Amino acid sequence: MSFEIILSILQENWPSYLRGAYMTLLIAIISTIIGALIGLFIGVMHTIPLRKKSVKSIILKIINFILTVYVEIFRGTPMIVQAMVVFYGIAAYGYEMDRFIAAIVVVGLNTGAYMAEYVRGGIVSIDKGQYEAAEAIGMGHFQTMIHVILPQVFRNILPATGNQLIMNIKDSAVLSVISVTELFFTTKSIAGANFRFAESYLITCIMYLVMTFVASRILRYVEKRMDGQNAYQVEQRREEQMY
Amino acid sequence: MEKVIEIKHLNKSFGNHEVLRDVNFTVNKGEVVCLIGSSGSGKSTLLRCINLLETPSGGEIIYNGENILDDKHDVRKYRTHLGMVFQQFNLFNNHNVLKNCMVGQLKVLKRSKEAAKQNALKYLKTVGMDLYVNAKPKQLSGGQKQRVAIARALAMDPEVMLFDEPTSALDPEMVGEVLKVMRQLADEGNTMLIVTHEMEFAREVSDRIVFMDKGVIVEEGPPEQVLVNPKHERTKEFLKRTLK
Repeated sequence: MSFEIILSILQENWPSYLRGAYMTLLIAIISTIIGALIGLFIGVMHTIPLRKKSVKSIILKIINFILTVYVEIFRGTPMIVQAMVVFYGIAAYGYEMDRFIAAIVVVGLNTGAYMAEYVRGGIVSIDKGQYEAAEAIGMGHFQTMIHVILPQVFRNILPATGNQLIMNIKDSAVLSVISVTELFFTTKSIAGANFRFAESYLITCIMYLVMTFVASRILRYVEKRMDGQNAYQVEQRREEQMY
Repeated sequence: MEKVIEIKHLNKSFGNHEVLRDVNFTVNKGEVVCLIGSSGSGKSTLLRCINLLETPSGGEIIYNGENILDDKHDVRKYRTHLGMVFQQFNLFNNHNVLKNCMVGQLKVLKRSKEAAKQNALKYLKTVGMDLYVNAKPKQLSGGQKQRVAIARALAMDPEVMLFDEPTSALDPEMVGEVLKVMRQLADEGNTMLIVTHEMEFAREVSDRIVFMDKGVIVEEGPPEQVLVNPKHERTKEFLKRTLK
């Protein structure tokens, strides 16, 4: 393994590497967003207070049961298998799905299954007093969620969402089994052509590391921004002690 | 005197445990009523039943001549007429001081942004927190939080203010600042219903004191009567223990 070989591989293949990395990032980001939205939806559905026995509550129970089944299936099976089942399963009905779409569907559904639990936990962990205070000034359940609870939940689940994004950047490599041209698949074809496996994959390794590292730093920054400063501005300088 | 809230034969039980038994009482306009009694006597539950944070098991709550417990009644609208102050403050953690006092006005009362802001600032000034509009709840002391919580309730321009042990979660040195604000509100003629353990304060501000024990109202009347010359044994016993 030598530095010159790595350089020459890069020289010949850098556009492919970049395209692969771009694809990986695109899949990871889109599916994390989709997954977060799915998770948010399920988390909210699971925490709607049930009013005794009404038609509404029965419908809600049925929907929640279906959502639970989805979560269990996607959390309980490997993503690589899900990719095969979704892609070839649909292909069996004579319809060839776009590989990129299939990738986003699989990773997005997978992320959603994990996020659902984080969101549910995030909602449940909000102090009961927050709901009561909102109720006491006349807000309904929906208004309370939008203006009081969910903004706090967002902050609470941000670290988990960041983790999911990083996992998705890495784990999207398994999508190579359905020939999605992400970074790992691209590397496979590059290495297959030049037979320099170690060097070709070392480059890939570094590229993954850079992507995940940058993503985690950006998320850390966003978290800090959301928390704000510990100090605050006093409107006028009239009182001396403000701490 | 104009009755604002009238409670008739109110019952509340959690499972088999009866917390309130056949409670009857009235709050008149402009009146300051203090509910006293030992822990577990049902005074907080009574207050929470009044704004329906707890659903009463039976009885009537009559507000301006209408029974609130009727199924048809708009609970959310009714709640806007009651300002609630909690023991644990319960400020919205995601909003700053000003927004805490505005969000209800904007989303529930549908006031304009400017009107809501002016109103919020007016009441923040009343409680002496107008300089802290940008602060988040986590940056404030307990006493400051409770003053903001009072301003938040006032900003809805309620007809009755309900206080659920507003100083019980505070450090002793912060109790004073909150009681000062409440005293001021009482002097301004607000209708207030206060659950408290501060006997001295209750004696000074209230028009009427209600003593509760084991879910029933044992005795009520002007402060001099209830606190100085109580009729019932149970009241005497309670006061002997608390006034020392």
